[in-house]
Parts: sequence; C-alpha cells; structure tokens
Amino acid sequence: MRIGYAVSKTGPNAGGASITTIPNYELWVKEVNAAGGLRLGDRRVPIQVTEYDDRSLSEDCVRAVERLINQDRVDFVLSPWGTALNLAVAPIFNRAGYPQLAATAVTDRAPELGRRWTNSFWMLGTGQGAGAGLAEVLGPLKQAGRIGDTVALISVSDGFGIELANGMRPALQRAGFRLTYDRAYPVGTQDMAPILAEAARGNPDVFVACSYSPDTLAITEQARVSGFNPKVFYTGVGTAFPLFKQRFGANAEGVMGVSGVDASSPRFQDYLRRHQASAGREPDRWASAITFASLEMLQQAIERVGRIDRAAVTRELQTGSFETVIGAVKLQNNLLTDLWQVGQWQDGEFYGLVPTNKAGARQAMLPKPAWRAA
Amino acid sequence: MSRNALIFALLVLAALSAVPWLDSGFWLALSINIAQYAVLATAWAVFSGPTRYVSLATAAFFGIGAYTVAVLGEALPWPAVLAAAGVIGVLVSLLVGFATLRLSGVYFVVFTFGLAELIRQLVTWFEVNVTRTIGRYVFLDITQAQIYWQLLGLFGLLLILGTWLRASRLGFALRVIGEDEMVARHVGIDTARAKIALFALSALFMILTGAVMAPRWTYLDPAIAFNPTTSFQVLIMALLGGVHALLGPLLGVVPMALLFEVLSANFPNHFSILLGAVFMLVVYAVPRGVIGLLARTQRRRVA
Repeated sequence: MRIGYAVSKTGPNAGGASITTIPNYELWVKEVNAAGGLRLGDRRVPIQVTEYDDRSLSEDCVRAVERLINQDRVDFVLSPWGTALNLAVAPIFNRAGYPQLAATAVTDRAPELGRRWTNSFWMLGTGQGAGAGLAEVLGPLKQAGRIGDTVALISVSDGFGIELANGMRPALQRAGFRLTYDRAYPVGTQDMAPILAEAARGNPDVFVACSYSPDTLAITEQARVSGFNPKVFYTGVGTAFPLFKQRFGANAEGVMGVSGVDASSPRFQDYLRRHQASAGREPDRWASAITFASLEMLQQAIERVGRIDRAAVTRELQTGSFETVIGAVKLQNNLLTDLWQVGQWQDGEFYGLVPTNKAGARQAMLPKPAWRAA
Repeated sequence: MSRNALIFALLVLAALSAVPWLDSGFWLALSINIAQYAVLATAWAVFSGPTRYVSLATAAFFGIGAYTVAVLGEALPWPAVLAAAGVIGVLVSLLVGFATLRLSGVYFVVFTFGLAELIRQLVTWFEVNVTRTIGRYVFLDITQAQIYWQLLGLFGLLLILGTWLRASRLGFALRVIGEDEMVARHVGIDTARAKIALFALSALFMILTGAVMAPRWTYLDPAIAFNPTTSFQVLIMALLGGVHALLGPLLGVVPMALLFEVLSANFPNHFSILLGAVFMLVVYAVPRGVIGLLARTQRRRVA
C-alpha cells in the first residue's frame, strides 16, 4: 500500500503545516504500521510513504501531486495544507479519481466545491459559519443583561480573516449588537498598539479580532500590556494553538476563538497523549484532531471496501459513518458540518461552546478575568 | 537568429505540441512548467538583454494577467479575456515605462521589485474594501493540454517577433543603448521611446503567460498571483542561459526546471540548501551563461 502526500515543509505555509498536518500524518502512519498495516480482506498491508515539499507554491503542489499519481503511482494521496493548495490540486484528484479529504481548507464556497468535485471532502467548515457562531454565544448573554451591545471588530485583510468578519457582522447585527469600530489591517502588521488603542476608545463590551496567528499573539499581548479588558475577548487563528497557552499561561483563561474541542471525551484525551508521545508536543485545538479524524475515516473506508478501489472508497466516504477522535462522523453532501465554531480557554483547555447542543459543549465563562501581570 | 534557425525552432515547437497525446499527467505538467518559464525568461531577455536594465517586474505582469482571468474569466469568452489582459497589461507597462525608464542601474531594479508589491497591495485594498472578499476562483473548462498549447504558441510568437526585432532599426537602436546610452542619445536615437516600446512588448508576453496559467490553479489570491519568487526564478534562469541570444534563456530554463524537479523529487527535505549550492556553482562556473560556455568551446574548436 503506497500513500503519498505533498505538504509545505518550506515557505510561508510551513508553520501551519508543521503544526497541524505533518505530525498527524506521521502519527497515523506509525500507528497503522505498528498494527501490521491496513487490513485488506484478511491480510494486513503496511503503508509505504512518499512525501514531497510543495514549497508553499500552487504550481509546485500541482506538479508534486501529478508526480505522486502518475509517476510514483501511489494508491492514495493525502491532502496538502491550506485552502489555496487544496483548491489548486482538487482538479487533479478529481480527474484521477482519488478521494481528497481536505481537513485544513476553510472556504465559504465549500458546499459548491463538494458538488463540483464529488471525490472531494471539505472538513473545516466555512469562515461565515465560524463567524456567525459567535452571535450564538453572545446573543443570549446580551438578552440576560450580562453584556452590553457594543462590539469593536478588527480583521486581517486576507482570505480567512475576511470571511470570518463577513460571517460575524450580519449575525451580530441580527442579535442586536452595534459595531463601534470596524477596521481591517494588512497581513504582516507588526505593531498592533495603534489599532488596539482605537478599538478600545469606545470602551466596548465585546472585542473581536479576525486575526492570523502572529497577529493573535501580538494583539493579545498588546491588550494585556495596555490593560484593555473587555468582557468578551475573541481572537482568530492561533487562539487554539498550544503556543497560545504556553505564551500567556493563566492569561489565556476566558479568551475565545475559532473552533474548540470536546476535551471531556476519552477518545480525544487518548489522542492528545498519543500525539504528545509521537510528536513531542500537543496538537492544536482546531484542525489537528480533524486531520487525524480524516485519516481514520480514510482507513475505515479502505478497510470496509477491503481492496484498493478508489471509486468504492470515495462512495464509502460519502455515505458511511465513522468512529473518530472527534466522535462519530457522517458527512453531509461531502461536508463535515458537525463542527465546533467557537471555543474558549477554560481551566487550561480550549473547550467548544457552539453548537450549544453538541456533546461536550460548555457554557461561556463571562466576563473574561482581568489580565494579570506576566 | 537566422531565418533558417527560426524555421527550425518553430518546427521543433510544432513537434513538441504532441506531448499531451503521449502523456497527460506528470510529463505534461513538467512540460507546462518548462514552457511557462521559457516564455517568461525569453520575454525578460528581449528587454533586459539589449538594454541591460535588470527588471524584477516579471511577477507584477504575470500577476496582472492571472488576476484579469480571475476577474473576467467567467464573464467573457476566452479570447476576449486574453485580449483584455493584454490591453490592461500594456497600459500598465507603458505607464511604468514612462515613469521609470529614465531611472538607471539599481534604482530601476528596486522600483521594478517594488512594483509587484505595489500592485499586490492595490489589488488587496480593492478586494477588501470594495468586493469584501479575497481569493478568487477560476472555474474554466480549459484543459491542461490547452494551457500547454497556448504557451507553445506564445513562445513561437515570441521567437518570430524577437527575430524580426533583432534585424529591425529598433533592435539596433536598443543594442546601441545597451552599449552606451549617452552615445545613443548623441547619434539621435530617441532612447526613452525605444526602451518603453520594448518594455511593453516584453510585458505583454509575461501578462499573457500569467493569463494562460491562471486556470491551472483554480484559486488565486494576490499573494499567489504576485509572488516575487517568479521574478527571481526568471532572472536566474535567463542569466544562466545567457541573455544575448534569443534562444539563450531557454538553455537556462530547461536545465534549471529539470534540476528543480530532480531536487524536489529526491531531496524534499534539503531542497533549499542544495538549490543554494547550485546557484553558487552557476555563478562561479558559468558567469557568462550556458550560451557563453558554448561560444567559448566553439572558439576553442575553431582555434
């Protein structure tokens, strides 16, 4: 059984890929091979891996996947990291009839993509969905009179930041909130002090940053230093990374962000331990577990089919139910819809808050405790 | 290039257009990559060879072409999209040419490098503030084989124009400018006009390459379209091949593209280090480009 992948080992995507994708691919291969391999019928077939570096370039990723499929003739190809690269290679997966489990792509066009390429599975939801989730947390709190109606929103001028903010604005307005501040900043902004000072001026009850991971760290640090203490403090990508907890320690408590996990689930706790043992560090609380779940789904689909039949495996992924580290999964029209949209750091773990009816959902902690001196 | 050499080159291109029937997967993908850089590096050398202006604007023009397709691709028929990309790009290149070709040396290099970044930021600003979305989807029914044929066609056209240019008064004027701009002005050459015309011609081919390549990636955002790496790779390939003959850059493109491929296939974890070592080797061992190396061995053989 030959499995290949092209992933960004260098270039601007390398940070995300080395946190979320590579450790999970390695963990999965290690565990499958330790068990003797994938079960095809009544024999076990070990996995051989072929891996390439796409250097974070669409063109290189396209060629690497062509090479995996046509030169190396691997049996299955795992997806690259990130929205742009998954979209770049989707037509190749589709033409060759390989299932594509995109666990690290967030795009508002996901429903359309699942229809367009029926072999592709989009597992990280949409920016709009994640954005709209925040209103679900805050709406009832406002009605109960625990927070006011003022929101300051800043967002990074790039794909996910914009989609997240686009999802938030209408949902927050529908829930009766007023935006006292709404400003975008360019990717790579280093100094967050001016924009944060402006956002804090109206003394809003809710502060939202649709940010990328370097900005998330800078914004949180700046808010702490300047003593900006809104009742709700929400940041974007990176909030769910273990790095965030390491950096801010007790100050992470109460910060909200995209995604989350059901940390009370024994399966997740077990995954956490195995990941720690294999990679030497904890997984992030966003796409890591979903990436690992996508591999478990692929494995179960292959084993149920019992032979290397990519069309049958794709059909199984479309219709089957799977037991994974994120619980039971059944895809809807090639999409994973049962996702945590908003999470919050509580007692050192990033718990999911929304959807509120999902197993393991926690109540929001409010107000966020005041920053302590570092 | 002589007329016979040109006809021979065009025949070879015609023969190469059979690649998609032989393999529709990996080898076609590799051929597209080589054809893309062949057009870009040759177009770069058409301007930078004779004038000796080192331009890092390749990514800017490539990106304009790609973005035009992303915006207009679904609204207009394909030839109209290409025409629109060409018109937009030539206008931009004329504007840039008027503004900058009076600069010389390192100022020009820095400006052209900044140009890609400037356009990228403008596009980003527009998308964030006006369309309120970033990242565009290019869903066009253009096959990989069609992309490849269009690139071959562009390359053929570029060879024809380049051959004509060398024999023309404009080509002669540009060579004089490259030797000594002061002398050129004194013998009555309108140096600014000659340089701008050539800059626009070179830009046109880069823009069309970007437009032709855009459907290959499905998804485009400003960072992908205006990636500065494109400018540097084209520059390195052209310099390796040699910029003073029309087919010179090709001699850099083919080995370099194959080398990238071999390195990334066999040493995915050490790619950058090995590439750096190769670049240093190129600079020390072939300072005058592959074409210079060939010329030297030929001279030696004659002697």
